[in-house]
Amino acid sequence: MACRTCLWLLGTTFFTCTVRLVVEGTEVGATQGSQPEPGVVGSNHSQAGGGHGSSISGIQIVTFKWHHVEAPYLIALWILVAGVSKMVVELNHSLTSVIPESALLILIGWILGGIIYGADKMQTFTLTPTVFFFYLLPQVILDAGYFMPNKLFFSNMGAILVYAVIGTCWNAATVGLGLWGCWLGGAMGDIDIGLLQFLLFGSLIAAVDPVAVIAVFEEVHVNEVLFIMVFGESLLNDGVTVVLFNVFDAFVSLGGAEIDAVEIIKGIISFFVVAFGGSLVGIIFALLISLLTRCTKNIQIIEPGFIFILGYLSYLTAEMLSLSAILSIVFCGICCQKYINANMDERSVTTVRYVMKVFANGSETIIFVFLGISAIDPAVWVWNTGFILLTLLFIFVFRFIGVFLLTWILNKYRLVPLEFIDQVVMSYGGLRGAVAYGLVAMLDENKFKEKNLMVSTTLIVVYFTVMLQGITMKPLVTWLKVKRAAVTELTLAEKIQNRTFDHMLVAIEDISGQIGHNYMRDKWHNFEERWLCWFLMKPSARKSRDYIFNIFHQLNLKDAMSYVKEGERRGSLAFVRNETKADVDFNKKFRASFSEIMPDIMADNMGPDHVPLSSILQDIVPSVCLVMHEQDLTMRESEDFNAHHLLQQHLYRGRKQHRHRYSRSHLETNRDENEVQEIFQRTMRSRLESFKSAKMGVAPAKKIQTKHQKKDKPQKMPNGNSSDKSKNHPYGDKDLEFSEGDCGSGDEAAGDLFPMRAYRVEAGIVNPAFMAEMDPMDNMQQIPHVALLPQTLNSFDT
Amino acid sequence: MIWCAAVLPNTNTNSMNRWFSCFLFNIVTPAHIVRLYDRFEALDKEKTGHLRPQDFGAINRLAMNPIGDRIIGAFFSPGQETVDFHSFVRILAHFRPADKKRPKDPSMPEPVNSRTSKLKYPPLVFSLISVAFQLYDQDKDGKISRAELLQVLRSMLEMQVTEEQLESIADRTIQEADLDKDDAISFEEFRKSLEKVNIDHKMSIRFLR
Repeated sequence: MACRTCLWLLGTTFFTCTVRLVVEGTEVGATQGSQPEPGVVGSNHSQAGGGHGSSISGIQIVTFKWHHVEAPYLIALWILVAGVSKMVVELNHSLTSVIPESALLILIGWILGGIIYGADKMQTFTLTPTVFFFYLLPQVILDAGYFMPNKLFFSNMGAILVYAVIGTCWNAATVGLGLWGCWLGGAMGDIDIGLLQFLLFGSLIAAVDPVAVIAVFEEVHVNEVLFIMVFGESLLNDGVTVVLFNVFDAFVSLGGAEIDAVEIIKGIISFFVVAFGGSLVGIIFALLISLLTRCTKNIQIIEPGFIFILGYLSYLTAEMLSLSAILSIVFCGICCQKYINANMDERSVTTVRYVMKVFANGSETIIFVFLGISAIDPAVWVWNTGFILLTLLFIFVFRFIGVFLLTWILNKYRLVPLEFIDQVVMSYGGLRGAVAYGLVAMLDENKFKEKNLMVSTTLIVVYFTVMLQGITMKPLVTWLKVKRAAVTELTLAEKIQNRTFDHMLVAIEDISGQIGHNYMRDKWHNFEERWLCWFLMKPSARKSRDYIFNIFHQLNLKDAMSYVKEGERRGSLAFVRNETKADVDFNKKFRASFSEIMPDIMADNMGPDHVPLSSILQDIVPSVCLVMHEQDLTMRESEDFNAHHLLQQHLYRGRKQHRHRYSRSHLETNRDENEVQEIFQRTMRSRLESFKSAKMGVAPAKKIQTKHQKKDKPQKMPNGNSSDKSKNHPYGDKDLEFSEGDCGSGDEAAGDLFPMRAYRVEAGIVNPAFMAEMDPMDNMQQIPHVALLPQTLNSFDT
Repeated sequence: MIWCAAVLPNTNTNSMNRWFSCFLFNIVTPAHIVRLYDRFEALDKEKTGHLRPQDFGAINRLAMNPIGDRIIGAFFSPGQETVDFHSFVRILAHFRPADKKRPKDPSMPEPVNSRTSKLKYPPLVFSLISVAFQLYDQDKDGKISRAELLQVLRSMLEMQVTEEQLESIADRTIQEADLDKDDAISFEEFRKSLEKVNIDHKMSIRFLR
């Protein structure tokens, strides 16, 4: 407690000092800069401190060269202040769980703005559109694009587009027209404004803001479909916003009389051009990035730089061509993720991810702080009760109406309908933010006489949505959820069944290759595998993707073969019973041959279907330990609490789709990887066990291995249809080649597998794990899993 | 149906095509049958027209599923070593969420078991529960014994859970679920324990379009 208060005090004093310094610095700068300097060419930043072109009296040991460093110093100082504010905000976690960070940052912005205004009598620092659009926004959007869960995004793309395009147009039109109607009705008094200006205002206030959405949804955990809808909408609606803004701006410049059908059609066409053009620019840059990273094998340290620079360039290029810059950078991030993650060195990937988060966080913080500061400027404040209140009302109400209407239409075509609570959250989560403010600040005062009114209204709208809606979002969601579901504590049995069902459904999904994929997606997938990966990925990355499981297959094979051979050597029974000696040290055996491929195997762990293969291999190669851990805990209590607690802690969570939680401040967890590895190892082990025990079942009958001697083996093999198994050789001929030194034994072991195939399944569902506990001799019929072993991993991507 | 037969050249007879497409039409659309056939072919690398356990084993993601091997086993009826397309689809059809839009043809045979008990579940969910029950019940005696439950628990819990902890969980589970006190979970008791699990919701979430 005391420590926290101290930190608080420290923070506040730091603030004040910093700001005072800044302010004084600006004052000094302002006064110095305004002095006429006839003799000095160029800027006011004189070289000699304090020199005004007049002669100096003597050598100055130390001078105060404020001008020299003014601009960069201020920038650095502001970044520092923003960082410290974030730190202050995060001091008290219980506060941030109630009030979203963004709201607190705006508060701090107000305080700072007040201080500056108090010192300067004018607001020297505001969020200018240039700084915002060129220096603060791109990294936030790049971060959003790079971490976007692609699969989820594209599978919901239709709905997202509907909300982004139609929803935004609806919002813009209704707000604009509504305000216009009210103005005609006289609710706003006498202001110098027209229909077109209302429509323009509507279009810039209508757009949901990605920065604000993330900031709020970080605290409120909603299901992933809902999240991607709102998030995707906030990103994609920029295409519409830009077009509408430019079109109406042009219309206002032209004047009302010039607008005819041609212009309107041009406006509509420009939407398509801007949107698709922007995306195209982004995709081109994504290709560039992928190609570049493909060639950087020798100089991996500069790889991360390319990502950021090219991302930024895509933004600027689209801006230069008057296309949608946000769409461009979003698609750049979305399209290049997969390839750069595969191409780049692991450390580069980590660097990119981390630095991107740092930049995005920093930008977001600065944006919100400045949004707060910009408000403390009486020069921009114009109060018009009618206008402001009506705007608030309209954006709120029309958002709800729009979302519900569109959802009603969409639900007819969706397999999983969006429920009522989802729609409420979606409507309520339509936050406006800095983009709207940036746009409104760009308006030309001469054309828009009421610019200050609009600026004030925008600020109030932003504060209202970010702060009020942000704060109340969580309680609202909780309240609605509690009303819906009767939450009772599940019993143990229910919990287990619940989890079993989850696993079952995941398994079925894997087996069926996900029923319901449409033709286009499969076609795209094939195209992508064949051409794009070939073009954009490093050869070694490609190879490792394809061969990753061949390697594993070989490794596992060798393991199996050597395991069994060892058993043969030592005498079967002793080996079978002694399960603890089944360590195979892959590290020694295989490190040499596979070491070159190992480092290139990238962790592709962004989507649910990309299991981090490298982590599996890296862990399994050094030590595939087939020993089960034994711990010495003696848990004698069997109280409910402990059992529930155990389940809570230790049930495997399975591969769910709820894994990509986009978060500004957290990179993904590693727990799932460990879990997957553990499950994987256990499955392999159990299959190995069944293989081994089935083999042991053969051994007593025949000590010496023989090949193709199926007829000789007695009742243990009711042989149905095993006549010609040679072509179904489980290992495949080519695999024998890998065991260079082991050719002979490979054959032997392989030969022993023939009889395995001949076993008929007598039990219905065989359970390899079951076998480990029972006497292996009894269960000769565990064959499907015996046969499972060799072909286990012989497949890339099924 | 003739269309179905044309699409699936490798299956045995036309009559069988008609039969199972008849049966399945209630549950699976023709488009899905085509897709499943593609999948079947992709899995059946040796083009024998049948799937063997190792073809399933080749799906690497199943190796990362705690009960993956059991699910594989569920595809193989007792006495069978291979799965043909018919059985493949039939089992997968259990997991297809019921689509309200498809017109119900009264002449189509109802999936089995729906008339045999007065359940509030739709037929599909019921058969889904019986599949799940089979996963537990290895020896097909209609009951999940303590040993069988232990095995499933073992596979679903992390390795650091000790045997004693495991047994205590299994004991408590049986205590809770076992209503007739025979130290085993019958199908009815199993079904009861699933009442609170929103299966419909799970299935529909899983199989997004």
